Amino acid sequence: MIDIRDVSKSFTLHNQGGAVIRVMEGASLHVAPGECVALTGASGAGKSTLMRVIYGNYLAASGSVLVGGLDVARAEPREILRLRREVLGYVSQFLRVVPRVPTVEVVAEPLLALGVDPEAARARAEALLRRLNIPERLWPLSPTTFSGGEQQRVNIARGFAHAYPALLLDEPTASLDAENRAVVLELIAEAKARGAAIVGIFHDVEARARVCDRVVDVSGFTPGVAA
Amino acid sequence: MSPLLRVAGIEKRYGARIGCADVSFDLYPGEVMGIVGESGSGKSTLLNCLAGHLAPDAGQVIFDTWRMGPVDTVTMSEPERRMLSRTDWAFVHQHARDGLRMSVSAGGNIGERLMAVGDRHYGRIRAAALDWLDRVEIDGARIDDRPSAFSGGMQQRLQIARNLVTGPRLVFMDEPTGGLDVSVQARLLDLLRGLVRRMGLSAIIVTHDLAVVRLLADRLMVMKDGRVVESGLTDQVLDDPQHGYTQLLVSSVLQV
Ligand SMILES: Nc1ncnc2c1ncn2[C@@H]1O[C@H](COP(=O)(O)OP(=O)(O)O)[C@@H](O)[C@H]1O
Ligand SMILES: Nc1ncnc2c1ncn2[C@@H]1O[C@H](COP(=O)(O)OP(=O)(O)O)[C@@H](O)[C@H]1O
Ligand SMILES: [Mg+2]
Ligand SMILES: [Mg+2]
Repeated sequence: MIDIRDVSKSFTLHNQGGAVIRVMEGASLHVAPGECVALTGASGAGKSTLMRVIYGNYLAASGSVLVGGLDVARAEPREILRLRREVLGYVSQFLRVVPRVPTVEVVAEPLLALGVDPEAARARAEALLRRLNIPERLWPLSPTTFSGGEQQRVNIARGFAHAYPALLLDEPTASLDAENRAVVLELIAEAKARGAAIVGIFHDVEARARVCDRVVDVSGFTPGVAA
Repeated sequence: MSPLLRVAGIEKRYGARIGCADVSFDLYPGEVMGIVGESGSGKSTLLNCLAGHLAPDAGQVIFDTWRMGPVDTVTMSEPERRMLSRTDWAFVHQHARDGLRMSVSAGGNIGERLMAVGDRHYGRIRAAALDWLDRVEIDGARIDDRPSAFSGGMQQRLQIARNLVTGPRLVFMDEPTGGLDVSVQARLLDLLRGLVRRMGLSAIIVTHDLAVVRLLADRLMVMKDGRVVESGLTDQVLDDPQHGYTQLLVSSVLQV
């Protein structure tokens, strides 16, 4: 489902003397349907960068990034947008939303974008919010003023609204209490059971052990360091 | 799916000065493209060439029309172009007064557009005007008021209603939120996003505000000195800009 081959990534800072920061070289990763692979490595090793490259948010300098058969490193914007609508979900570390939009709509949006009936989309959104213990009185409000943990749960609810065949999870349990962490791990297990290919970053070793089938240390892709 | 708009090699000069040059891109149905760049970079010149308000010195603007299929709007006759601008296109100006008739009531501003495409049924026109006032969050009770009595944000929403009532397929917008307070901008953006999604519109939005394109645009084109220096998926261009000018643009704003 996700097949990354020999990907490199660098940042050229044109306004800082053209400094080139080489972040990644020779990155390869294969994730089959129903499998969850954890990315590990010290802070700054490139875990989030690799995830963003898979999502098409960062441009790979070379190599191929196949997701559901589409090479994200070369695809047109509209092909990537379609992939993101239908195939590839992403729970980023921070929630980014349009001001004024109620929480329940934020969560239902991926389904509405797919043309799902609004009533059904809303019902699914409400079920997820309830499961993630977001109090019902918050549903009609914009999540912009919520606490960090609440925003993260809204972000997770949105990421799981549609049954994406592939999912990227960047520290989905970072600021959650034990109860909500357990819910997120359940959601991940269910996604795996229906065949989703998942790439995750988990600081929490126990959580990682519970849901991940394999671990890939991205330090092995750091330029100039022998793998 | 074939493109709604194919732009090839558009160039416009003002004497020796370049307005815009060498601009080519395809826009597909339902796509929203943002054009960013600092003041004087050629955004408005380009938009006006695309919308038929300015005659480019070179290039083609091939639009897939309802009636005739793909046609080069640069070489079509003026009456044909005028008709197209009523039936297939909409143009939202930065200053609402440029896109509204200030001496005509709010309802009249909306109804006039329907009459321009041949609707003559008073009851139906009035009902459509009321429906559109509601969609842009203007109280129906204000239908007989003139736009001069409206706030800036309301005028802009009325301009949008006037433009969208005829069900265009492509909307051109030049700094649609410029000059509005931040909170008013947010409301307008939210409204525009909803309308674009529900009506399946294609749109080209010119702005110098990166937060606006982050929210509204699928794709981004960055202009400098009349030329496109970078283009791509909006979040990719903003989060991983490749060109020095885009990096400067992105790093000069606090957070988008
Ligand atoms: N947009 C960017 N511009 C420049 N450098 C970046 C950018 N994004 C990430 N980096 C650099 O890439 C390296 C890897 O970062 P990151 O992927 O966030 O690491 P991790 O998620 O493993 O902590 C860091 O040195 C970081 O500074
Ligand atoms: N009517 C005009 N006559 C002469 N020069 C013009 C005219 N309109 C625009 N220009 C010039 O063309 C360039 C691009 O302008 P414009 O398209 O308005 O940029 P933007 O919309 O990005 O601010 C600028 O150098 C501007 O001074
Ligand atoms: Mg990270
Ligand atoms: Mg301008």
